[in-house]
Amino acid sequence: MSILIDRHTKVMTQGITGKTGAFHTRLCRDYAYGKDCFVAGVNPSKAGENFEGIPIFRTALEAKEATGATVSVIYVPPPYAAGAIDEAVDAELDLVICITEGVPVRDMIATRNRMRGKKTRLVGPNCPGVITPDEIKIGIMPGHIHKKGRIGVVSRSGTLTYEAVGQFSCVGIGGDPVNGLKHIDVMRLFNDDPDTDAVIMVGEIGGDDEETCARWIKHHMKKPVVGFIAGVTAPPGKRMGHAGAIISGGKGTADEKLAVMEECGIKVTRNPAEMAILLKSVL
Amino acid sequence: MNIHEYQGKEILRKFGVVTPRGVACFSVAEADAAARELGGPVWVVKAQIHAGGRGKGGGVKVAKSLEEVHRHATSILGMTLVTHQTGAQGRLVKRLLVEEGADIAKELYVGMVVDRATQRVTLIGSSEGGMEIEEVAAHAPEKLHKVAIDPVAGLTFAQADGVARKIGVPEGSLAQAISFMQGLYRAFVECDASLAEINPLIITGDGRVLALDAKLNFDSNALFRHPEIVALRDLDEEDPAEVEASKFDLSYISLGGNIGCLVNGAGLAMATMDSIKLFGAEPANFLDVGGGATAQKVTEAFKLMLKNPAVKGILVNIFGGIMRCDTIAEGVIAAAKEVKLAVPLVVRMKGTNEELGRQKLRESGLPIISADNMADAAQKIVAAVAGT
Repeated sequence: MSILIDRHTKVMTQGITGKTGAFHTRLCRDYAYGKDCFVAGVNPSKAGENFEGIPIFRTALEAKEATGATVSVIYVPPPYAAGAIDEAVDAELDLVICITEGVPVRDMIATRNRMRGKKTRLVGPNCPGVITPDEIKIGIMPGHIHKKGRIGVVSRSGTLTYEAVGQFSCVGIGGDPVNGLKHIDVMRLFNDDPDTDAVIMVGEIGGDDEETCARWIKHHMKKPVVGFIAGVTAPPGKRMGHAGAIISGGKGTADEKLAVMEECGIKVTRNPAEMAILLKSVL
Repeated sequence: MNIHEYQGKEILRKFGVVTPRGVACFSVAEADAAARELGGPVWVVKAQIHAGGRGKGGGVKVAKSLEEVHRHATSILGMTLVTHQTGAQGRLVKRLLVEEGADIAKELYVGMVVDRATQRVTLIGSSEGGMEIEEVAAHAPEKLHKVAIDPVAGLTFAQADGVARKIGVPEGSLAQAISFMQGLYRAFVECDASLAEINPLIITGDGRVLALDAKLNFDSNALFRHPEIVALRDLDEEDPAEVEASKFDLSYISLGGNIGCLVNGAGLAMATMDSIKLFGAEPANFLDVGGGATAQKVTEAFKLMLKNPAVKGILVNIFGGIMRCDTIAEGVIAAAKEVKLAVPLVVRMKGTNEELGRQKLRESGLPIISADNMADAAQKIVAAVAGT
């Protein structure tokens, strides 16, 4: 077992014909069981055509009904990304992974509001995606660096996640302030997954998702967690690449997050190269 | 993206938020004319820079005669204003706002931000106008009143009324305060703001509700649908290196240290800076070349870092996922040659074709120091810079 996705998952790609969508759909299809998993594409103006053998449908709902896909990955450009999420939610998919970077926050506020009470889970936007090694990868992370294992990784950052991996299932939740699954949501899934023994939590400055998650871990987590927070050296008031990575009003600093995590019994390191070593020490 | 106070007030007026009458001025002569046009007996001359704390720094002055307006405009325009937000080097004042004076009976605070936890816009009100909201939050949190705004319903009458009463808006001014807050919310949403602060919001002696100051920040992701806001950008208020970087789609932020870093990915870039600090030095910049870094982008990034005379060494930390390490190595070599690199360079590459990439660096004949992991890379560049 694994969280969110496995080799039996059926995936549709929204924005399959765009440059990014086409490129990454090819890589995902070529990874492990990808050929069985990537079954549909969505593009209203190219319905009836196919992308290298993958049929294209007009809407997410049509793609679901025709192929049984229950998961969507989104590469459509920022102005239309929130609308694509809305469409996938309306089609009652189980999971939507939005890779698109640069989605306006106002759009995400409206989309998250529409999602209240709906069953669909959202990962992202502005995220690398989700991978269950040797089974399926949905997103833009390189497949070969992830190996099958019993460790989970949850991270707000893409390339920094790759620093932590070696043998892990990874969920990149993305760097935006208004998004889908947060650290705590993924942590709950790992806690309930019998095939996960421990979790690496990679956070960064901005907001208080890491603190919220740490407090939950203190009371509910049955497995060891180690952590790292990027941005100890970040100046206040500056957006560090990610829309959500900003220290505002003296809040959301790395030191503050690290302190709360330690208080909650999470082993933390200030040296990102040591995440895996730290993890071994708690197993 | 930030704009000036006078620009913020112009936007807010379109949404029914009342402000004092005022005129933006770029010269003393314009300030004189503006004061005459506004009429007395009291004026306020305000420095326009993108930083808070202008009053304490001497950038906001009250004038009781046209001569006084002239004197204040002369002294403020062209001054280097230092506030807690400008850094020690301060900011040159090139624009003024000349406003009619207001009879202040009460100073309050109203702000709006996007709250991550509720995933909604939150209205924040406080009776402590004029104070920094962070200080109020730290020392008198009971004086902060917040409501999360439903994106479909908008800021309701009842919500605005509740906050207005709690922060001490007098009975006779309630209706104005409510329409003020609702206008502020409409402006926030329609302009894709990420922050709005009215500090202070004042109640005048005759019960009017006015925005005495206005700070608006906008969501950079949404600027594509607001050319009218992009047009308000004042490049003089931005770091020239950051402006230059944005032309090449590089995410760059100047910092105080002496080790330049070039990284792909925002999280990895921050972690690289942190590693440099962990081993005893300070980063000179944050620089994210993005996931699809090309050789040309890497070259531009090198040029940008080296424009900073403080840079005594460079650390390149690239994760080659989709982009192959050998391609990146070629970019680094080309850039080092083109800029005639004279400071130590440590390169750490991981991912696809990393061996081939390292081989290319070795065979380049350039004095590039190779590193195995992030900690190793940080230690090597710190040592190399210390040794120069």
